[in-house]
Amino acid sequence: MQEFKTVEVETDLLIIGAGMAGAGACVEGGHWAKENNVKLTVVDKAAMERSGAVGMGLSAINQYQGENTPVDYLSYVRQDLMGLCRDDLVMDISRHVNGSVHMFERFGLPIWLDADGNYVHEGRWQLMINGESYKAIVAEAGKTAVGMDNVIERVFVLRLLLDKNDKNKVAGAIGFSVRDPEIYVFKFKACIVSSGGAVHVFRPRSTGEGLGRAWYPPWNAGSSSYLTTTAGAEMTSQEVVFIPARFKDGYGPVGAWFLLFKASATSATGFNYMAEGLAEGGELHNWPPYGEVKPIPTCLRNHLMMIECYRKGDGPIFIHTDKAIAKIAEQAPNEKAYKKELKKLEAEAWEDFLDMTISQAILWAAKDVFPEEGPSEIMPSEPYFIGSHSGASGAWVSGPEDIQSDKSKNEYFWGYNRMTTVKGLFAAGDGVGVSSHKFSSGSFTEGRIAAKAAVKFCVENPEMPEFDQAEVDKFKENIILPLKHYEAHKNYTTLGTTTKRYDLPVEEVNPNYITPKMAIFRLNKIMDEYVAGWGSQYNCSAVTLKIALDLLKLLKVDLSKLAARNLHELMRCWENVHRTQIAEAHTRHKLFREETRWPGYYYRSDFPKMDEDKWGKVFVNSVYDAEKDEFTMLTRPIIHLVDIKEVVGM
Amino acid sequence: MPSFVIDEKCDGCKGGDKTACMYICPNDLMVLDVDRMKAYNSEPDMCWECYNCVKICPTQAVEVRGYADFTPLGASVVPMRGSEDIMWTVKFRGGTIKRFKFPIRTTPEGEAKPDGGFGVGPGTLNDQLLFTEPASLKADKLWTLGD
Repeated sequence: MQEFKTVEVETDLLIIGAGMAGAGACVEGGHWAKENNVKLTVVDKAAMERSGAVGMGLSAINQYQGENTPVDYLSYVRQDLMGLCRDDLVMDISRHVNGSVHMFERFGLPIWLDADGNYVHEGRWQLMINGESYKAIVAEAGKTAVGMDNVIERVFVLRLLLDKNDKNKVAGAIGFSVRDPEIYVFKFKACIVSSGGAVHVFRPRSTGEGLGRAWYPPWNAGSSSYLTTTAGAEMTSQEVVFIPARFKDGYGPVGAWFLLFKASATSATGFNYMAEGLAEGGELHNWPPYGEVKPIPTCLRNHLMMIECYRKGDGPIFIHTDKAIAKIAEQAPNEKAYKKELKKLEAEAWEDFLDMTISQAILWAAKDVFPEEGPSEIMPSEPYFIGSHSGASGAWVSGPEDIQSDKSKNEYFWGYNRMTTVKGLFAAGDGVGVSSHKFSSGSFTEGRIAAKAAVKFCVENPEMPEFDQAEVDKFKENIILPLKHYEAHKNYTTLGTTTKRYDLPVEEVNPNYITPKMAIFRLNKIMDEYVAGWGSQYNCSAVTLKIALDLLKLLKVDLSKLAARNLHELMRCWENVHRTQIAEAHTRHKLFREETRWPGYYYRSDFPKMDEDKWGKVFVNSVYDAEKDEFTMLTRPIIHLVDIKEVVGM
Repeated sequence: MPSFVIDEKCDGCKGGDKTACMYICPNDLMVLDVDRMKAYNSEPDMCWECYNCVKICPTQAVEVRGYADFTPLGASVVPMRGSEDIMWTVKFRGGTIKRFKFPIRTTPEGEAKPDGGFGVGPGTLNDQLLFTEPASLKADKLWTLGD
């Protein structure tokens, strides 16, 4: 085994993860840091140019306020999450987001313009873009703001270090290079955790070569959640997953088809489940008040599909792309205009895939699918954890000082915007809970908000905290343990000594350890079968959740026997440790909330209804004690800052 | 096998200790076999088919074959990425070929200025203004509760 050396990095503010939120933190933090003599460093597990969820590209910006007000946006978000949202956080992003989008345009992102030079909207909040290079362009601005000398790439941060004199304050972080045998120890006054959501906690629908074809990127391994949770930060709404309904297998986007092309969807026999659900006496009226008003919340749209597929057996769900295209083209005045319009629509539809889900384009080409000729299948995916989009899980953070009522100020504000309950520990993007629907532009904006506040924290708390060196030494030992396990035991079986052409991913069977690939499968199986994955048709109960907790307990012990053959696998080992933490938190949150609030995301079969009196006015939060390995569950009040008179749609 | 490297086209990005595909892969999948100076995808089932290795390869040695567990053989989707736009060639299993060209950026590479040209606004650490505001908002002031 290679010898590891230690690289020590001392800075004032560390940004951990530079996807959209982290890039926003770089852009904003770069300015305030320079003005206030604060040293700013950014670390990324990958290359910033294409890291994070937008790494492939994106075909739309999903949060742009335009002329709408933050109260309008709040009405939409509160409705979509079945009442669960922090008004202060949502409106804070909303009031800043236009500025971020205008900056993207100036950075060089092509945003579609109409003949009058106005942005082309996909829906009320959504703008169409040519987003192949979206992340590369935004990362470029971020890197310039921070300075290339302060960008550290291919280093995976595993754990935060606490101040030895104040266990409720961050002092550093530890991780390792995935390319060289180096352990990184960071020392800082503050950090921003913007390390993405969690994918592959639940079993994905494809488990062969297509294992990596998740809707959200497979490299998002729950690190945001792990870093904040294990530092002792209060976490919120870990029970809320996000399940997008997308084109089957490829997970290609449906937004443009539904919003821009106005396509409809039906069950196999043609039942228009959305219209029927909304009609008098329809299923949506069983979920008041959210089900009775448009736009129909994301989970309820899934719920209607799931009734067709799983209860009635009338699947699959078809999206009628052919009818949508025909309808638009019919409006053309003549044959020539018709052909021109059809060609334009076709290019738009394909760009939607090619910008952000190229797999779907391959799949359509491989199956000779022509959307103008017939419908395609859509399907709900496996559950994901994201603080963005229609998810809500993440850290419980302070909001802005000025968007509070007297009552909310006691609950939602503690000095620094986007700081968690641990001093100096900030979060942004998928790392922040109950500020949903921030998407790429809102995540970038939240990164900016957090960075400005974190610089302020560094200025007002100038003393460099100290961590416990003995603890660091223990972590250092622990990090490379999987490599040691492999070296110690590989010769016990024949496979570990086989000479291979390449270090191919051959699974080694050895009673002394488990490989990261088998660990992920084991986690996926537990979550899918007992915690409401697609395999259990999104159902769970106290009985199944408790079985899951027992199995997760065994898994956690066995994770100390993970084995890695190289640095890449060492990364995979630790990603699974991160995933397992959010898996357990999620299971405990689900068990605690005794109702079904998000049908279509998951069903508590023992509490099949929404209980507005008991659970409609609270967030479910938790605090983890890393030393004791114990969770404490609690609730926090939902405080409305404004009355919503009318829900503004999409 | 999601992305794969064509042996005879790959030159291991010659002199360097890492290849372009190794640099860019967001999931750390690409590896250079230094003895043969050939790169390969070391973990195809963790590939997202994001195409970043395909787009960046200087010798067009990287392509994608759709996930075998649900994608029939015979199709290909090949990009050619320039500094201003990208050209896609989509070849269907049945032989149909479609080409699409989309812009990718409106500024030269390296010209994304952090302030977006909006300059530095009047904000301080003690208020709610981000550094480019209110100019970047294209509004007179930042919204607050009660507005």
